[in-house]
Amino acid sequence: MKKLINSPDSVVTDALAGVAAAHPSLAVDVEAKVITRADSPQAGKVALVSGGGSGHEPLHGGFVGYGMLDAACPGEVFTSPVPDQMLAATRAVDGGAGVLHIVKNYTGDVLNFQMAAELAGDEGIEVVSVVTNDDVAVQDSLYTAGRRGVGGTVFVEKIAGALAEQGAGLDKVADVAREVNERSRSLGVALTSCAVPAAGQPTFELTESEIEMGIGIHGEPGRFRVPMSTARELSAAALDAIHADLPLSGDLLVMVNGMGGTPLLELYVVFNEVRRYLEGKGARIARNLVGNYITSLEMQGFSVTVCQLTDTLTRLWDAPVDTPALRWGR
Amino acid sequence: MDAEAFRTWIVAVARVIDEQRDHLTQLDAAIGDADHGINLARGFTAVVSALETDPPATPGAVLTLTGSTLISKVGGASGPLYGVAFRRAGKSLGDAAEVDLAALGEALEAALAGVQQLGAAREGDKTMVDALAPATAAFSKAITEGASQADALSALAEAARAGAAATISMQALKGRASYLGPRSVGHEDPGAASTALILGALRDSVLAGR
Repeated sequence: MKKLINSPDSVVTDALAGVAAAHPSLAVDVEAKVITRADSPQAGKVALVSGGGSGHEPLHGGFVGYGMLDAACPGEVFTSPVPDQMLAATRAVDGGAGVLHIVKNYTGDVLNFQMAAELAGDEGIEVVSVVTNDDVAVQDSLYTAGRRGVGGTVFVEKIAGALAEQGAGLDKVADVAREVNERSRSLGVALTSCAVPAAGQPTFELTESEIEMGIGIHGEPGRFRVPMSTARELSAAALDAIHADLPLSGDLLVMVNGMGGTPLLELYVVFNEVRRYLEGKGARIARNLVGNYITSLEMQGFSVTVCQLTDTLTRLWDAPVDTPALRWGR
Repeated sequence: MDAEAFRTWIVAVARVIDEQRDHLTQLDAAIGDADHGINLARGFTAVVSALETDPPATPGAVLTLTGSTLISKVGGASGPLYGVAFRRAGKSLGDAAEVDLAALGEALEAALAGVQQLGAAREGDKTMVDALAPATAAFSKAITEGASQADALSALAEAARAGAAATISMQALKGRASYLGPRSVGHEDPGAASTALILGALRDSVLAGR
C-alpha cells in the first residue's frame, strides 16, 4: 500500500517534527514524543494529559492548547505510549493543582497510564485518571476487556479542559470528565481496512460489497459484517445500536467523524441522515462536529458519537478553545 | 547459570523475535491490531543495546534491566506485561551470581504472578498466561522429580509451546482479541506465541552453551 512516509520506523517522529513546525503554540519534544502547550505549566490550573497510539490524528496532539489538553503523548502507530512519555508530560504540565489523565479503555493504554500515575504519585504529583469507554459495539463487557474509548474522548477532553481553564479543582474536573463519558455513546462503521505502516498490509480484509458494523479505531472488528447499503440505512443502524443502549432524547452534542479516508461530502450526507433519525426520536442536535477528529489512518467509514447535554455541559462545550484541531470563541 | 548465560538467552530472544516478527504481527492482525511482532522486536533490540552499553553483573540485574527497558520501549499491553514479568523474575533472583534450577523456578513463578496481577488474566482467557502458566508448572514438576537441567528446560519450552497451541481453540476474554468474541476462536494468541518463543530460546541458548 502506498504511504506518504520516509520510512515506517520514522513516521511518528517525522510527523511530530511537522507538528512542531506547523504549530508554534505547541512545544514538541520529538525524541521523547511529548506534545505540550508552549505556555506550560499554567500555575494553579489543573492540567490535562492524554495519549494513545498514533494514527488517530488529530487525537490527541491536535487537541493540545487553551481550553483543552495540556499535553499529549503519541505512541507508535496503534500502540499505546510508554510510561516514560506520560511521566515526562505529567511533570512538564503540572502547575501544582494536580493532573488529570484521560485514558481510552484499551488494555495497553490503561496499564501504561497506571504505571505512569504511580511514578508521578511517587514524585508528589497528584494524578487522577478517568477512563473513557463509550463504544457500544462491545456488547458483552463482562467477557471482554470492556467497552473501548472512542469518539466520546474528544468530548471529554474539550469539556473537562474548559472546566480546568475556568479554575476548577482536580476532583471537579475529573467528575465532569466522568459525567461526559457516562453521557456519551459511539458506534463506528468501516467501509475499508487500514494499513499500519510497519506492517505494510491491510489489518483486515473487507470485500467491496460488505462493511464492518462496530469497527474499533485500530481496525479491530466490531459486532458483525453486513452488506454495504445506503448512508441512510448505515446511519440508522449505527444510531439504533446507540439508542438501544442509551435512549436518545433532549439536547444532544453529536459528532459525525471520518475515519481518515472518508470524503467530507459523504460525512455531510451521513450527518443529515443522523439529524433526520434523531428528529424522529424527538431529540435535537444542539451542537455538532462534522469532520475527522479521531481517525484510523486511511480507513473509509464513519463513527457517530452522541452526548446527552445539560446546560452546564453546553456552556463548557461553548467555552473558548484554541488548539490545532478545535478552535472557537477566543 | 551466570549473568553471561542470561545475557546470551536475552540476545537469543531478540534474534528469534526478530526472525518471527512478521509471523507474530500476522497472528496479531488476525485477532488484534497487527503490531505485536513489530513492538516486541523494537523492544528487544533496545534491550540488547542496553545490555551491551552497561553489562549487568548478575542474572537478576540482567532480567531487571530487560524488564525496565521493555516497559520504556514497547508500549501497548505487552510492554508492561513482559516488563513486569522480567522485573519480577529479576527481583526474585536477587544479587546471586549463579542461579540454580530451583531459583529459576521461583523466578518463573514470580514472573507469572506479576503478569496475572497486572493483567488480571487467568488460564483459559487466551493470553500469554496460557503459555507461561503451564510452562512454569511443568518446570516446577520436572525439578521436583529430579530432572536434569536439559530435561527441565525442555519441559518448560515444550509446555509453553503446547500452551500457546492450545490457545487456538480458546475464545479470548482479555485484551483486544476479546472484542471478537467467538470470532477469536481458531487463531493462536500472539502473546502466548511470543512467550513460547522466549522460553524456547531459554532452552536453546542454555543447551547450546553447554
